[in-house]
Amino acid sequence: MIKALLSLMVPCGSVLILSACQPDIPETIQQGMVYCSEGSPESFNPQRVTSGTTIDAISQQLYDRLLDIDPASGELLPALATQWRLSDDGKTYWFTLRPDVQFHHTAFFSPSRTLNAKDVTFTFNRITQTDHPYHATGGAVYPYFQSVDWGSLVKAVVAENSNTVRFELSRPDSSFLSNLATDFAAILSAEYAEQLLQQNQPELLDQRPIGTGPFFFKEYKKNQFIRYYRHPEYWRGKVELTQLVFDLVPDNAKRMAKLLTHECDVVAYPRNAELKLIAERPDVEVQSQISMNVGFWAFNTQKPPFDNVLVRKALAYAINKDAILDAVYFGYADKAKTLLPPTSWAFYHDLPEQQYDPIKAQELLAQAGYPKGFSMDIWAMPVQRLYNPNALKMAELMQADLAKIGVKASIVSFEWNSFRRKLSEFEHDSVLIGWAADNADPDNFFRPLLSCSAAESGSNRANWCDPNFDNLINQALLTADIKQRRSFYLTAQLYLDEQMPLVSIAHSKRFQAKSVKITGVTINPYGGISMAAARKSL
Amino acid sequence: MMLHYFLRRTFLIAFVFVALTVLAFSLSYLFPGEVLNNVSGLTSIDPEQQQALIQYYALDQSVIMQYLGYVHRILAGEWGLSFSSQQPVLAEIIAVFPATLELASYALILSFVLGIPLGLFAAVKADSFFGKLISGITLVAYSIPIFWWALLLIMLFSLTLGLLPTAGRINVLFDIPTTTGFMLPDIWLSDIPYKSEATQDALRHLLLPAIVLATYPTTVMIRFTRDSMLAVLEQSYIKTARAKGLSRAQVLYHHGLRNALLPVIRQIGLQFSTLITLAMITEVIFSWPGIGQWLLDSIYQRNYPAIQGGLLVVSCLVIVVNMLTEILHTLFNPLARKA
Repeated sequence: MIKALLSLMVPCGSVLILSACQPDIPETIQQGMVYCSEGSPESFNPQRVTSGTTIDAISQQLYDRLLDIDPASGELLPALATQWRLSDDGKTYWFTLRPDVQFHHTAFFSPSRTLNAKDVTFTFNRITQTDHPYHATGGAVYPYFQSVDWGSLVKAVVAENSNTVRFELSRPDSSFLSNLATDFAAILSAEYAEQLLQQNQPELLDQRPIGTGPFFFKEYKKNQFIRYYRHPEYWRGKVELTQLVFDLVPDNAKRMAKLLTHECDVVAYPRNAELKLIAERPDVEVQSQISMNVGFWAFNTQKPPFDNVLVRKALAYAINKDAILDAVYFGYADKAKTLLPPTSWAFYHDLPEQQYDPIKAQELLAQAGYPKGFSMDIWAMPVQRLYNPNALKMAELMQADLAKIGVKASIVSFEWNSFRRKLSEFEHDSVLIGWAADNADPDNFFRPLLSCSAAESGSNRANWCDPNFDNLINQALLTADIKQRRSFYLTAQLYLDEQMPLVSIAHSKRFQAKSVKITGVTINPYGGISMAAARKSL
Repeated sequence: MMLHYFLRRTFLIAFVFVALTVLAFSLSYLFPGEVLNNVSGLTSIDPEQQQALIQYYALDQSVIMQYLGYVHRILAGEWGLSFSSQQPVLAEIIAVFPATLELASYALILSFVLGIPLGLFAAVKADSFFGKLISGITLVAYSIPIFWWALLLIMLFSLTLGLLPTAGRINVLFDIPTTTGFMLPDIWLSDIPYKSEATQDALRHLLLPAIVLATYPTTVMIRFTRDSMLAVLEQSYIKTARAKGLSRAQVLYHHGLRNALLPVIRQIGLQFSTLITLAMITEVIFSWPGIGQWLLDSIYQRNYPAIQGGLLVVSCLVIVVNMLTEILHTLFNPLARKA
């Protein structure tokens, strides 16, 4: 009995050297990789989401974009578009598409043609044309595009011939190309969409995806895993991994345990507290990357008392950021002065730093008419994100800070998807959340987070709509001159400092822990992770 | 006689089901939020949809009519939509329930295989060192909190020794098509070329959760078998049998064991609800994708239609198993039929 049990636990003598004793195991398993992710995807279409968890899981694995961003320099590179040009008035763009790009061939769809201009027009017309058969499918929600006001910017997307697409804009926009290179601007298959329309199941477009990316979709079990297989005809060349599985493990401790037992090859978001400990192990490697992100505390500026700028400033003075940086980020982050990280070219270096000053905070509260303080909710997101590795702990620290100025804060948390839904319905008083940039353009911080159109689409967590601010960030886009743009963004940062719709807390580094057997999984400073170049040594 | 007994049982079970559905039905009204959302499971309802839905769910009629409609929908398999996924609750339950049943039944089998012989041994050799050792270990295992025990095992076998996985039903790289929802039968029914590796891997995943979940029922089984065996051995018919010259083994098997196991059968039914509760805890610790984990997620998500459906299924299962063991007990024990 004991012998049988032992042989069960230790096949061929050692479990640690799995590959050595499993000659019969097919390649799809030996050359498969398990990426342990921190949450479930909300959709399989990047157009429909903004959550980093979902983008990590779907965007770079299943799809390609017209343009890519060079992770080192932030410059734009050709992807599905081999070249592009701009008209003299800055309002028309032409893109030439790459020939012979194959779509995924799966159990539910067999493409009859390669990528052409129809796929591109389908992808973007779905977002803007309200009478498009797919526009309303799933509720007409395109949060990223709505937050950058895409609908009013892009007048028409036209296929000039089978491999040229023309974008007509209503005004010049210097962030337009950057937006096309974000993970959200993935190119879908028009042929697949047509097939689904005929089958009368249009909603499957966002649930059973078809793209041109390095992997194709096999199966998704809710809250358990997502299974992808290698796309054999990927245009960038051979993908080494035969199979890619996203194991969904929301619990941080469990994710770490699975890394140590080799159930996970790569682990997203290891806990900062454990980084030192796991880095000492010979079989595990910790990678880090400076990342464009910001963790902040946003006030619901439409709700009293947060509609009063004095109250918002008072709360900002009451928070001890240094203590938060130590306890929550373990020193693996820079203190934030403003929304933009210091690595951005538009960062305002001379902006005065927000001080921790409870006495000043109390004075401001008294001026605002709350000498005795008030009670409020702090919503703390339930998952670990790069920009905020432990929102609950942060909320507890802030609770104590706020108590010193007489503000009674209660901490609120829900499951992640419900949390985000309730946030976009603005049920909160204030929320601890953040933002990771999708491209190198500073506009990617201001517009999706604080513009009026973002308030409408629900991604503006401060529910803050200020025409002055919108005017500044719109002006900045009308010119391609970097010096002029910079001066607009500096003014915008100053204005934010005065209005304080949110308190920026930290810019964190991004970490990931992986088995030493895996190579080629690098963290992208802009947006989602890519597994296309990953390989596993046995 | 037997027929009469079954009729009585059936009547009782019907009554319990009515009580259960009344409870589940009333939850839609007791949960926060709009009743219409809670019954239908739709998170957003258009104003033009609303009137049609109110009529469909009979919300404009008396409570009795609403209840009858609810029972009708439950029987027709229409359990509403889950708030979080907007998929039918019943389909989700069917997807997760087999995992729980699988785990619970392996644990139950394990507790039989270990519990009954050990209990017998502890009774027959009550005064020996091993008899006392079994009783002692049983007491410790009975008192140990299951989540702590599970973590200890994970620490030892997974993290320190690296022998067993910590979570899930099978290595996620094994692509096993779902046919029954039970992992081992699914592997055997599939046409994958690596069946034996997959089976081995599934068993390795099963081992720790099954041991953890089996701990409590095994101790109960040992204690009951032991106590009931000790009581039976005191009976005069045992002494008579021995005096008549039957061997010790014969007496134990024919006269002792059969009589001693009767109360044990009844215990299975009574312990089953505890087993399901413990299964939920085990599922959460080992990320076992069963109904326990699903139900806890639903509670965390305030997913009322799912909570309602999950509770109904779990409580029905407990009642059905209770009834079955009771009937089994009666079949084996003529004395109970008269009562």
